[in-house]
Amino acid sequence: MSNIPHLLVHDHEDNVGVVVVEGLTAGTEMFCCVTHDNSTFTLTAGADVPIGHKIALKDLKEGDTAIKYGEDIGKIIADIPKGAHVHTHNCKTKRW
Amino acid sequence: MASKYSNITFMGYRRENGRVGVRNHVIILPVDDISNAACEAVANNVKGTMALPHAYGRLQFGEDLETHFRTMIGTGSNPNVHSVVVIGIEPEWTRRIADGIRTTGKEVAEFSIEQKGDFETIRAASWAAKDFVHKATEVQREECSISELWVSTKCGESDTTTGLGSCPTVGNMYDKLLPEGITGFFGETSEITGAEHICQKRAINEEVGERWYKMWKAYQDEVIFAHQTDDLSDSQPTKGNILGGLTTIEEKALGNLEKIGRTSQYIDILDPAEQPSSGNGLYFMDSSSAAAECVTLMAAGGAVIHTFPTGQGNVVGNPIVPVIKITANPRTVRTMGEHIDVDVSGILRRDQTIDEAGDALIEMIRRTANGRNTAAEALGHREFSMTKLYRSA
Repeated sequence: MSNIPHLLVHDHEDNVGVVVVEGLTAGTEMFCCVTHDNSTFTLTAGADVPIGHKIALKDLKEGDTAIKYGEDIGKIIADIPKGAHVHTHNCKTKRW
Repeated sequence: MASKYSNITFMGYRRENGRVGVRNHVIILPVDDISNAACEAVANNVKGTMALPHAYGRLQFGEDLETHFRTMIGTGSNPNVHSVVVIGIEPEWTRRIADGIRTTGKEVAEFSIEQKGDFETIRAASWAAKDFVHKATEVQREECSISELWVSTKCGESDTTTGLGSCPTVGNMYDKLLPEGITGFFGETSEITGAEHICQKRAINEEVGERWYKMWKAYQDEVIFAHQTDDLSDSQPTKGNILGGLTTIEEKALGNLEKIGRTSQYIDILDPAEQPSSGNGLYFMDSSSAAAECVTLMAAGGAVIHTFPTGQGNVVGNPIVPVIKITANPRTVRTMGEHIDVDVSGILRRDQTIDEAGDALIEMIRRTANGRNTAAEALGHREFSMTKLYRSA
Protein backbone atom coordinates (compact mmCIF):
# COMPACT_ATOMS: atom_id res chain seq x y z
CA MET A 1 0.00 0.00 0.00
CA SER A 2 1.51 3.30 -1.01
CA ASN A 3 -0.39 5.53 1.42
CA ILE A 4 0.27 5.31 5.14
CA PRO A 5 -3.11 5.10 6.91
CA HIS A 6 -4.17 7.52 9.63
CA LEU A 7 -6.85 5.18 10.97
CA LEU A 8 -7.15 1.40 11.16
CA VAL A 9 -10.42 -0.51 11.54
CA HIS A 10 -10.39 -4.20 12.49
CA ASP A 11 -13.64 -5.35 10.91
CA HIS A 12 -16.36 -4.12 8.52
CA GLU A 13 -18.95 -4.38 11.30
CA ASP A 14 -16.99 -1.97 13.51
CA ASN A 15 -18.33 1.53 14.21
CA VAL A 16 -15.04 2.83 15.69
CA GLY A 17 -11.49 2.94 14.32
CA VAL A 18 -8.04 3.53 15.86
CA VAL A 19 -5.76 6.48 15.11
CA VAL A 20 -2.33 5.07 14.24
CA VAL A 21 -0.35 8.26 13.57
CA GLU A 22 0.97 10.83 16.01
CA GLY A 23 -0.24 14.43 15.97
CA LEU A 24 -3.54 13.93 14.12
CA THR A 25 -5.38 17.29 13.95
CA ALA A 26 -9.05 18.17 13.51
CA GLY A 27 -10.04 18.55 9.89
CA THR A 28 -7.52 16.02 8.55
CA GLU A 29 -8.90 13.98 5.68
CA MET A 30 -7.94 10.60 7.10
CA PHE A 31 -6.90 7.70 4.92
CA CYS A 32 -8.52 4.67 6.63
CA CYS A 33 -7.91 0.96 6.20
CA VAL A 34 -9.93 -2.07 7.31
CA THR A 35 -7.28 -4.62 8.33
CA HIS A 36 -9.58 -7.58 7.69
CA ASP A 37 -9.27 -7.19 3.89
CA ASN A 38 -7.13 -4.02 3.41
CA SER A 39 -10.10 -2.14 1.91
CA THR A 40 -9.83 1.65 2.28
CA PHE A 41 -12.01 4.74 2.71
CA THR A 42 -11.65 8.35 3.82
CA LEU A 43 -13.09 10.16 6.83
CA THR A 44 -12.60 13.67 8.23
CA ALA A 45 -11.21 13.86 11.76
CA GLY A 46 -13.55 15.88 13.98
CA ALA A 47 -10.98 16.57 16.70
CA ASP A 48 -7.29 16.40 17.58
CA VAL A 49 -7.06 12.73 18.59
CA PRO A 50 -3.91 11.10 20.04
CA ILE A 51 -2.36 7.97 18.56
CA GLY A 52 -4.11 4.84 19.80
CA HIS A 53 -7.41 6.58 20.53
CA LYS A 54 -10.66 5.85 18.73
CA ILE A 55 -12.80 7.82 16.28
CA ALA A 56 -16.49 7.21 15.45
CA LEU A 57 -17.01 5.94 11.90
CA LYS A 58 -20.64 7.10 11.91
CA ASP A 59 -23.01 9.10 14.10
CA LEU A 60 -23.50 7.18 17.36
CA LYS A 61 -26.41 7.77 19.76
CA GLU A 62 -26.58 7.37 23.53
CA GLY A 63 -27.54 3.75 24.19
CA ASP A 64 -25.86 2.38 21.06
CA THR A 65 -23.26 -0.37 21.28
CA ALA A 66 -19.63 0.33 20.36
CA ILE A 67 -18.38 -2.39 17.99
CA LYS A 68 -14.70 -3.22 17.48
CA TYR A 69 -13.17 -6.56 16.33
CA GLY A 70 -16.78 -7.15 15.20
CA GLU A 71 -17.63 -7.48 18.91
CA ASP A 72 -19.46 -5.52 21.60
CA ILE A 73 -16.89 -3.42 23.51
CA GLY A 74 -19.32 -1.30 25.55
CA LYS A 75 -22.19 1.18 25.51
CA ILE A 76 -22.28 4.71 24.11
CA ILE A 77 -23.26 7.07 26.97
CA ALA A 78 -23.47 10.36 25.02
CA ASP A 79 -24.24 11.19 21.40
CA ILE A 80 -21.07 11.09 19.26
CA PRO A 81 -20.94 12.63 15.79
CA LYS A 82 -19.14 10.83 12.98
CA GLY A 83 -15.40 11.65 13.09
CA ALA A 84 -15.37 12.54 16.82
CA HIS A 85 -13.18 11.12 19.61
CA VAL A 86 -14.60 8.02 21.34
CA HIS A 87 -13.25 7.30 24.82
CA THR A 88 -14.15 7.07 28.51
CA HIS A 89 -16.14 10.35 28.37
CA ASN A 90 -18.72 8.89 25.97
CA CYS A 91 -18.28 5.10 26.06
CA LYS A 92 -18.42 2.68 29.01
CA THR A 93 -18.24 -1.05 29.75
CA LYS A 94 -21.55 -2.92 30.07
CA ARG A 95 -20.06 -5.07 32.84
CA TRP A 96 -20.47 -2.71 35.77
CA MET B 1 3.57 -32.16 8.05
CA ALA B 2 6.95 -30.45 7.71
CA SER B 3 6.87 -26.68 7.38
CA LYS B 4 9.60 -24.07 6.99
CA TYR B 5 9.62 -23.90 10.80
CA SER B 6 10.20 -27.64 11.37
CA ASN B 7 13.96 -27.50 10.89
CA ILE B 8 14.67 -24.57 13.20
CA THR B 9 17.24 -25.49 15.81
CA PHE B 10 18.99 -23.59 18.57
CA MET B 11 21.89 -24.13 20.95
CA GLY B 12 20.45 -24.89 24.39
CA TYR B 13 21.33 -26.53 27.68
CA ARG B 14 19.94 -30.05 27.98
CA ARG B 15 19.14 -30.86 31.62
CA GLU B 16 19.08 -34.13 33.56
CA ASN B 17 15.29 -34.52 33.12
CA GLY B 18 15.43 -33.99 29.35
CA ARG B 19 14.08 -30.43 29.39
CA VAL B 20 16.05 -27.75 27.52
CA GLY B 21 17.09 -24.38 28.91
CA VAL B 22 18.35 -21.28 27.11
CA ARG B 23 20.21 -19.78 30.09
CA ASN B 24 22.51 -21.38 32.65
CA HIS B 25 21.88 -19.61 35.95
CA VAL B 26 23.13 -20.60 39.39
CA ILE B 27 20.50 -19.15 41.71
CA ILE B 28 20.45 -18.45 45.44
CA LEU B 29 16.81 -18.93 46.40
CA PRO B 30 15.34 -17.62 49.68
CA VAL B 31 12.52 -19.72 51.14
CA ASP B 32 11.17 -16.66 52.92
CA ASP B 33 11.58 -12.89 53.13
CA ILE B 34 13.90 -12.97 56.16
CA SER B 35 16.42 -15.14 54.28
CA ASN B 36 16.87 -12.54 51.53
CA ALA B 37 19.89 -10.93 53.24
CA ALA B 38 21.83 -14.19 53.50
CA CYS B 39 21.06 -15.03 49.84
CA GLU B 40 22.17 -11.61 48.66
CA ALA B 41 25.40 -11.96 50.70
CA VAL B 42 26.16 -15.31 49.05
CA ALA B 43 25.49 -13.86 45.59
CA ASN B 44 27.84 -11.01 46.45
CA ASN B 45 30.56 -13.45 47.56
CA VAL B 46 30.32 -15.71 44.52
CA LYS B 47 30.31 -14.06 41.09
CA GLY B 48 28.18 -15.72 38.47
CA THR B 49 25.35 -16.43 40.90
CA MET B 50 22.10 -14.55 41.34
CA ALA B 51 19.95 -14.10 44.46
CA LEU B 52 16.16 -14.00 43.99
CA PRO B 53 14.86 -11.90 46.89
CA HIS B 54 11.09 -11.69 47.38
CA ALA B 55 8.58 -10.48 49.93
CA TYR B 56 6.81 -13.56 51.33
CA GLY B 57 7.10 -17.01 52.86
CA ARG B 58 6.23 -16.75 56.55
CA LEU B 59 2.85 -17.79 58.01
CA GLN B 60 1.16 -18.50 54.71
CA PHE B 61 -1.32 -21.40 54.69
CA GLY B 62 -3.68 -23.41 52.50
CA GLU B 63 -3.83 -22.68 48.78
CA ASP B 64 -1.73 -19.56 49.28
CA LEU B 65 1.11 -21.63 50.76
CA GLU B 66 0.77 -24.25 48.00
CA THR B 67 1.14 -21.51 45.38
CA HIS B 68 4.24 -20.29 47.23
CA PHE B 69 5.80 -23.78 47.22
CA ARG B 70 4.93 -24.35 43.55
CA THR B 71 6.49 -21.00 42.64
CA MET B 72 9.69 -21.71 44.59
CA ILE B 73 10.08 -25.31 43.41
CA GLY B 74 9.10 -24.41 39.84
CA THR B 75 11.60 -21.55 39.69
CA GLY B 76 14.43 -23.79 40.87
CA SER B 77 13.29 -26.56 38.51
CA ASN B 78 13.19 -24.30 35.42
CA PRO B 79 15.71 -25.60 32.83
CA ASN B 80 17.22 -22.10 32.55
CA VAL B 81 18.61 -22.82 36.03
CA HIS B 82 21.71 -25.03 36.28
CA SER B 83 21.75 -25.48 40.05
CA VAL B 84 20.28 -23.98 43.18
CA VAL B 85 21.33 -22.94 46.68
CA VAL B 86 18.20 -22.79 48.88
CA ILE B 87 18.32 -20.80 52.13
CA GLY B 88 15.46 -20.59 54.65
CA ILE B 89 15.08 -19.65 58.28
CA GLU B 90 14.19 -23.20 59.41
CA PRO B 91 15.01 -26.61 57.94
CA GLU B 92 11.60 -28.17 57.16
CA TRP B 93 10.18 -25.85 54.50
CA THR B 94 13.73 -25.37 53.21
CA ARG B 95 14.02 -29.14 52.69
CA ARG B 96 10.59 -29.37 51.08
CA ILE B 97 11.62 -26.83 48.44
CA ALA B 98 15.10 -28.30 47.94
CA ASP B 99 13.71 -31.83 47.57
CA GLY B 100 11.06 -30.57 45.15
CA ILE B 101 13.75 -29.12 42.91
CA ARG B 102 15.89 -32.28 43.27
CA THR B 103 13.25 -34.34 41.44
CA THR B 104 14.58 -32.72 38.22
CA GLY B 105 17.95 -34.35 38.89
CA LYS B 106 19.81 -31.04 39.18
CA GLU B 107 22.14 -30.20 42.03
CA VAL B 108 20.63 -28.43 45.02
CA ALA B 109 22.28 -27.41 48.31
CA GLU B 110 20.11 -26.34 51.24
CA PHE B 111 20.87 -24.28 54.33
CA SER B 112 18.81 -23.05 57.26
CA ILE B 113 19.71 -20.12 59.44
CA GLU B 114 18.24 -20.99 62.87
CA GLN B 115 20.89 -21.94 65.48
CA LYS B 116 23.65 -20.88 63.09
CA GLY B 117 23.06 -17.23 62.19
CA ASP B 118 23.70 -15.46 58.93
CA PHE B 119 27.53 -15.61 59.11
CA GLU B 120 27.83 -19.38 59.39
CA THR B 121 25.03 -19.94 56.84
CA ILE B 122 26.59 -17.54 54.33
CA ARG B 123 30.02 -19.18 54.76
CA ALA B 124 28.72 -22.71 54.09
CA ALA B 125 26.33 -21.65 51.31
CA SER B 126 29.09 -19.66 49.58
CA TRP B 127 31.23 -22.79 49.30
CA ALA B 128 28.33 -24.68 47.70
CA ALA B 129 27.56 -21.78 45.36
CA LYS B 130 31.20 -21.57 44.23
CA ASP B 131 31.24 -25.29 43.47
CA PHE B 132 28.05 -24.88 41.38
CA VAL B 133 29.52 -21.97 39.41
CA HIS B 134 32.55 -24.05 38.44
CA LYS B 135 30.29 -26.85 37.25
CA ALA B 136 27.82 -24.57 35.45
CA THR B 137 30.54 -22.77 33.53
CA GLU B 138 31.79 -26.06 32.10
CA VAL B 139 28.41 -27.05 30.64
CA GLN B 140 28.29 -26.70 26.85
CA ARG B 141 25.31 -25.70 24.74
CA GLU B 142 24.10 -28.35 22.32
CA GLU B 143 21.83 -28.35 19.28
CA CYS B 144 18.16 -28.68 20.17
CA SER B 145 14.95 -28.76 18.15
CA ILE B 146 12.48 -25.87 18.15
CA SER B 147 9.93 -28.40 19.43
CA GLU B 148 11.78 -28.49 22.75
CA LEU B 149 11.08 -24.82 23.53
CA TRP B 150 8.50 -23.77 26.11
CA VAL B 151 7.33 -20.23 25.33
CA SER B 152 4.97 -18.12 27.45
CA THR B 153 3.16 -14.87 26.75
CA LYS B 154 1.52 -12.04 28.65
CA CYS B 155 1.05 -8.47 27.47
CA GLY B 156 1.40 -5.25 29.46
CA GLU B 157 0.78 -1.51 29.31
CA SER B 158 -1.55 -2.48 26.51
CA ASP B 159 -3.17 0.03 24.22
CA THR B 160 -5.10 -0.25 20.98
CA THR B 161 -1.89 -0.94 19.05
CA THR B 162 -1.35 -4.20 20.97
CA GLY B 163 -4.63 -5.57 19.59
CA LEU B 164 -3.70 -4.35 16.08
CA GLY B 165 -0.05 -5.38 15.99
CA SER B 166 2.02 -6.89 18.80
CA CYS B 167 -0.56 -9.38 20.16
CA PRO B 168 -1.46 -10.75 16.70
CA THR B 169 2.32 -11.10 16.11
CA VAL B 170 2.58 -13.41 19.13
CA GLY B 171 -0.59 -15.21 17.97
CA ASN B 172 0.94 -15.75 14.55
CA MET B 173 4.07 -17.21 16.21
CA TYR B 174 1.91 -19.66 18.22
CA ASP B 175 -0.11 -20.62 15.12
CA LYS B 176 3.18 -21.50 13.41
CA LEU B 177 5.18 -23.07 16.27
CA LEU B 178 2.54 -24.99 18.28
CA PRO B 179 2.10 -27.40 15.32
CA GLU B 180 5.88 -27.95 15.52
CA GLY B 181 5.51 -29.27 19.06
CA ILE B 182 6.40 -26.35 21.30
CA THR B 183 4.67 -25.89 24.65
CA GLY B 184 2.95 -22.54 25.16
CA PHE B 185 1.41 -20.63 28.05
CA PHE B 186 -1.09 -17.78 28.19
CA GLY B 187 -3.24 -16.58 31.10
CA GLU B 188 -4.23 -13.31 32.85
CA THR B 189 -7.57 -14.51 34.24
CA SER B 190 -8.97 -11.06 35.10
CA GLU B 191 -8.06 -9.60 31.71
CA ILE B 192 -10.09 -12.15 29.77
CA THR B 193 -13.21 -10.54 31.25
CA GLY B 194 -15.14 -9.17 28.30
CA ALA B 195 -13.96 -11.90 25.93
CA GLU B 196 -14.69 -14.96 28.09
CA HIS B 197 -17.27 -16.24 25.59
CA ILE B 198 -14.54 -16.30 22.91
CA CYS B 199 -11.82 -17.73 25.17
CA GLN B 200 -14.05 -20.61 26.24
CA LYS B 201 -14.53 -21.57 22.59
CA ARG B 202 -10.78 -21.70 21.99
CA ALA B 203 -10.45 -24.81 24.17
CA ILE B 204 -9.59 -28.04 22.39
CA ASN B 205 -12.94 -29.53 23.44
CA GLU B 206 -16.07 -28.67 25.40
CA GLU B 207 -14.91 -30.33 28.61
CA VAL B 208 -11.75 -28.20 28.77
CA GLY B 209 -13.77 -25.12 27.82
CA GLU B 210 -16.22 -25.75 30.64
CA ARG B 211 -13.40 -26.18 33.16
CA TRP B 212 -11.90 -22.95 31.85
CA TYR B 213 -15.20 -21.11 32.32
CA LYS B 214 -15.61 -22.41 35.89
CA MET B 215 -12.10 -21.20 36.73
CA TRP B 216 -12.82 -17.76 35.24
CA LYS B 217 -16.25 -17.54 36.94
CA ALA B 218 -14.73 -18.52 40.30
CA TYR B 219 -12.40 -15.54 39.98
CA GLN B 220 -15.37 -13.23 39.35
CA ASP B 221 -17.39 -14.67 42.25
CA GLU B 222 -14.65 -15.24 44.82
CA VAL B 223 -12.49 -12.21 44.19
CA ILE B 224 -14.39 -9.43 42.49
CA PHE B 225 -17.85 -9.85 43.98
CA ALA B 226 -17.12 -11.62 47.28
CA HIS B 227 -14.39 -9.21 48.30
CA GLN B 228 -16.11 -6.15 46.82
CA THR B 229 -12.82 -4.94 45.38
CA ASP B 230 -15.04 -2.19 43.98
CA ASP B 231 -15.64 -3.28 40.39
CA LEU B 232 -12.19 -3.42 38.79
CA SER B 233 -13.32 -0.47 36.71
CA ASP B 234 -10.76 1.74 38.37
CA SER B 235 -7.92 -0.70 37.70
CA GLN B 236 -9.08 -2.48 34.54
CA PRO B 237 -8.36 -0.93 32.12
CA THR B 238 -5.38 0.60 33.93
CA LYS B 239 -4.62 4.30 33.82
CA GLY B 240 -1.86 3.51 31.30
CA ASN B 241 -4.29 1.54 29.12
CA ILE B 242 -6.72 4.48 29.09
CA LEU B 243 -3.96 6.94 28.19
CA GLY B 244 -3.17 4.61 25.30
CA GLY B 245 -6.75 4.76 24.05
CA LEU B 246 -8.33 1.61 25.53
CA THR B 247 -11.77 2.48 26.88
CA THR B 248 -13.31 -0.70 28.31
CA ILE B 249 -12.32 -4.08 29.74
CA GLU B 250 -14.09 -5.74 26.78
CA GLU B 251 -11.91 -3.86 24.29
CA LYS B 252 -8.79 -4.72 26.28
CA ALA B 253 -9.73 -8.40 26.54
CA LEU B 254 -10.38 -8.75 22.80
CA GLY B 255 -6.94 -7.31 22.05
CA ASN B 256 -5.35 -9.52 24.69
CA LEU B 257 -6.81 -12.70 23.16
CA GLU B 258 -5.15 -11.90 19.83
CA LYS B 259 -2.06 -13.49 21.47
CA ILE B 260 -3.38 -16.98 20.74
CA GLY B 261 -3.71 -16.32 17.05
CA ARG B 262 -6.32 -17.64 14.65
CA THR B 263 -6.03 -21.42 14.94
CA SER B 264 -4.36 -22.22 18.29
CA GLN B 265 -6.43 -24.04 20.91
CA TYR B 266 -5.53 -24.62 24.55
CA ILE B 267 -5.38 -28.22 25.70
CA ASP B 268 -5.55 -27.80 29.48
CA ILE B 269 -5.75 -25.36 32.38
CA LEU B 270 -3.01 -24.88 34.98
CA ASP B 271 -3.13 -23.59 38.54
CA PRO B 272 -0.79 -20.66 39.22
CA ALA B 273 2.85 -21.85 38.79
CA GLU B 274 1.71 -25.41 37.95
CA GLN B 275 3.88 -27.36 35.51
CA PRO B 276 2.05 -28.84 32.49
CA SER B 277 1.52 -32.59 32.39
CA SER B 278 -0.73 -33.10 29.35
CA GLY B 279 2.02 -33.05 26.72
CA ASN B 280 2.99 -30.50 24.07
CA GLY B 281 0.53 -27.74 23.30
CA LEU B 282 -0.95 -24.51 24.59
CA TYR B 283 -2.00 -24.11 28.24
CA PHE B 284 -4.06 -21.46 30.00
CA MET B 285 -2.53 -20.68 33.40
CA ASP B 286 -4.86 -19.17 36.01
CA SER B 287 -2.75 -16.12 36.77
CA SER B 288 -2.64 -12.51 37.84
CA SER B 289 -2.64 -9.90 35.10
CA ALA B 290 0.11 -7.96 36.90
CA ALA B 291 3.17 -8.31 34.66
CA ALA B 292 5.87 -9.36 37.13
CA GLU B 293 3.58 -11.80 38.96
CA CYS B 294 2.37 -13.40 35.75
CA VAL B 295 5.84 -13.83 34.22
CA THR B 296 7.10 -15.26 37.53
CA LEU B 297 4.26 -17.82 37.60
CA MET B 298 4.81 -18.88 33.98
CA ALA B 299 8.57 -19.21 34.57
CA ALA B 300 7.77 -21.44 37.55
CA GLY B 301 5.52 -23.45 35.23
CA GLY B 302 8.57 -24.16 33.10
CA ALA B 303 8.57 -21.56 30.30
CA VAL B 304 12.13 -20.73 29.18
CA ILE B 305 11.34 -17.73 26.94
CA HIS B 306 8.62 -15.13 27.47
CA THR B 307 7.11 -13.05 24.65
CA PHE B 308 5.72 -9.74 25.91
CA PRO B 309 3.66 -7.48 23.65
CA THR B 310 3.43 -3.91 24.91
CA GLY B 311 1.76 -0.76 23.67
CA GLN B 312 2.58 2.13 25.98
CA GLY B 313 5.84 0.46 27.11
CA ASN B 314 6.00 -1.98 30.02
CA VAL B 315 9.62 -2.48 31.19
CA VAL B 316 9.25 -5.81 33.08
CA GLY B 317 11.87 -8.57 33.10
CA ASN B 318 12.47 -11.80 34.97
CA PRO B 319 15.60 -13.10 36.72
CA ILE B 320 15.71 -16.51 35.02
CA VAL B 321 13.64 -16.16 31.83
CA PRO B 322 14.51 -13.79 28.96
CA VAL B 323 11.52 -11.53 28.24
CA ILE B 324 11.22 -10.47 24.57
CA LYS B 325 9.41 -7.14 24.18
CA ILE B 326 7.34 -6.52 21.06
CA THR B 327 5.60 -3.26 20.21
CA ALA B 328 3.65 -1.89 17.27
CA ASN B 329 3.37 1.61 18.73
CA PRO B 330 5.76 3.94 16.85
CA ARG B 331 5.72 6.46 19.70
CA THR B 332 6.90 3.77 22.14
CA VAL B 333 9.64 2.74 19.71
CA ARG B 334 10.73 6.37 19.57
CA THR B 335 10.51 7.20 23.29
CA MET B 336 11.40 3.82 24.90
CA GLY B 337 13.45 2.10 22.23
CA GLU B 338 15.95 0.67 24.72
CA HIS B 339 13.22 -1.67 26.01
CA ILE B 340 12.06 -3.04 22.65
CA ASP B 341 13.43 -6.23 21.05
CA VAL B 342 11.01 -6.54 18.11
CA ASP B 343 9.58 -3.42 16.43
CA VAL B 344 6.42 -4.32 14.49
CA SER B 345 5.19 -0.75 13.99
CA GLY B 346 5.27 -1.48 10.24
CA ILE B 347 1.95 -3.28 10.80
CA LEU B 348 0.29 0.07 11.56
CA ARG B 349 1.80 1.64 8.43
CA ARG B 350 0.61 -1.41 6.43
CA ASP B 351 4.13 -2.04 5.17
CA GLN B 352 4.53 -5.21 7.28
CA THR B 353 2.04 -8.07 7.40
CA ILE B 354 1.16 -10.05 10.54
CA ASP B 355 2.76 -13.04 8.83
CA GLU B 356 6.05 -11.15 8.36
CA ALA B 357 5.90 -9.85 11.94
CA GLY B 358 5.34 -13.41 13.23
CA ASP B 359 8.42 -14.58 11.32
CA ALA B 360 10.45 -11.68 12.78
CA LEU B 361 9.39 -12.75 16.29
CA ILE B 362 10.27 -16.40 15.60
CA GLU B 363 13.73 -15.27 14.46
CA MET B 364 14.15 -13.23 17.66
CA ILE B 365 13.04 -16.24 19.73
CA ARG B 366 15.68 -18.37 17.98
CA ARG B 367 18.41 -15.77 18.56
CA THR B 368 17.36 -15.33 22.20
CA ALA B 369 17.41 -19.10 22.70
CA ASN B 370 20.94 -19.12 21.26
CA GLY B 371 22.03 -16.67 23.93
CA ARG B 372 21.25 -13.14 22.72
CA ASN B 373 20.42 -11.05 25.78
CA THR B 374 17.04 -9.34 25.61
CA ALA B 375 16.57 -5.64 26.33
CA ALA B 376 15.18 -6.53 29.78
CA GLU B 377 18.26 -8.67 30.54
CA ALA B 378 20.67 -5.97 29.35
CA LEU B 379 18.86 -3.38 31.47
CA GLY B 380 18.92 -5.58 34.58
CA HIS B 381 15.17 -6.13 34.92
CA ARG B 382 14.87 -9.08 37.32
CA GLU B 383 11.39 -8.71 38.78
CA PHE B 384 10.60 -11.80 40.87
CA SER B 385 7.12 -11.34 42.33
CA MET B 386 5.14 -13.84 44.36
CA THR B 387 1.42 -14.17 43.75
CA LYS B 388 -0.36 -13.91 47.09
CA LEU B 389 -3.96 -15.11 47.22
CA TYR B 390 -4.95 -13.82 50.68
CA ARG B 391 -3.67 -12.55 54.02
CA SER B 392 -1.08 -14.55 55.94
CA ALA B 393 -1.93 -15.99 59.36
